[in-house]
Amino acid sequence: MPPSHDHEHGSRFSDVELRVKALESLLVEKGLVDPEALNQLIEAYESKIGPRNGAKVVARAWVDPAYKKRLLENGTAAIAELGFTGAQGETMVVVENTPRVHNVVVCTLCSCYPWPVLGLPPVWYKSSAYRSRVVIEPRGVLRELGLELPTDAEVRVWDSTSEVRYLVLPQRPPGTESMTEEQLVALVTRDAMIGVAQVLPPRSAR
Amino acid sequence: MNGVHDMGGMHGLGPIEREEQEPVFRHPWEGRVYALRQGCGALARWNIDMARHANERMPAAEYLAASYYERWLWGLETLLAENGVVTSWELTEGRAKGPAPDELRQRVLRPEAVERRLRTGGSYRVEADIAPRFSAGDAVSARNIHPTGHTRLPRYARQHLGVVERGHGVFIFPDANAAGLGHQPQHLYSVRFEAQELWGPNAEPKAAVYVDLWDSHLETA
Repeated sequence: MPPSHDHEHGSRFSDVELRVKALESLLVEKGLVDPEALNQLIEAYESKIGPRNGAKVVARAWVDPAYKKRLLENGTAAIAELGFTGAQGETMVVVENTPRVHNVVVCTLCSCYPWPVLGLPPVWYKSSAYRSRVVIEPRGVLRELGLELPTDAEVRVWDSTSEVRYLVLPQRPPGTESMTEEQLVALVTRDAMIGVAQVLPPRSAR
Repeated sequence: MNGVHDMGGMHGLGPIEREEQEPVFRHPWEGRVYALRQGCGALARWNIDMARHANERMPAAEYLAASYYERWLWGLETLLAENGVVTSWELTEGRAKGPAPDELRQRVLRPEAVERRLRTGGSYRVEADIAPRFSAGDAVSARNIHPTGHTRLPRYARQHLGVVERGHGVFIFPDANAAGLGHQPQHLYSVRFEAQELWGPNAEPKAAVYVDLWDSHLETA
């Protein structure tokens, strides 16, 4: 582990780093964890499982109406068609944004988030500020994050209080009619699939 | 429990700070904590609901001041000690008094099992022939309960009227599972609460909150 900052006691490591190192070495000594398995768990979410998976689901739904229908009817099965399954995505529900309805996802009680399609959640999603506020002032929170909703649009907040995980299907932006599925994947952001942003048209079409 | 973790609707918790190009783990130790939680979870000495409840029991002032993975670390140390996987002496000293029993060592997550574990996940849905108490469109009320243990019924929804939007099927009931009282499988629903019902006349217009709740959380309205 690289040093984080100069600790006041002259250690290369902060107190919490030392505590984690001590815990891991204790568990290794007792034969309870395999460090190589831990490396692989970290590697999986640092480089393999992330929002590009969700973007592929969204782009497919935009270009294939039959897939979109399956996705909205049975999110788990339709997402599994693209190979994304497993931990914290065992039961998936996809909610569709339209000009009249905007969906946004939170977990007020902890940090539930659809790992197979979005990876691990960003710090702001897990923050006390987001968890406390988005249920009571969703429009205000979205505005603060740069998304002003039309007054005639309804906002639906999905609080992930069970093992069901929610993915937002954003609106396909205008000016993308001639784009390929692969090009569309590159437009879709993590924040749009949580529901705190819209997918923007490509720069050339803005 | 009516803890600070149940923060939906609270005021005063600050602005939302969004960072561009945020790394998955801000420090290497955060990744280790994440992986240790997963690795120790494979030992099957506790379930996911007990794990969430452990994080919730962090003293309130510490919980609010801690970063996310500091909470996870506190919860992991709590789970390990409470379930007798390590002793408090070992945790404090950072040294083992002896190897873990074979029964636990046989469950250790090995590198070759990692991908399968991630791709398969857990099983929370229960294939059981249990009649649902409610169906889509039913008017319901969230119960007025204040259990001291774990619950997935947030305070802000209690005693409020909602409408069942859809049924999700039969699932393990976390409030019981966290307390070691078994799965108590029952129907889970997505319940829609209008913003004005939850937050009063000054609530934002045209807004609703959907909360996933189990049969035990709901009454006919």
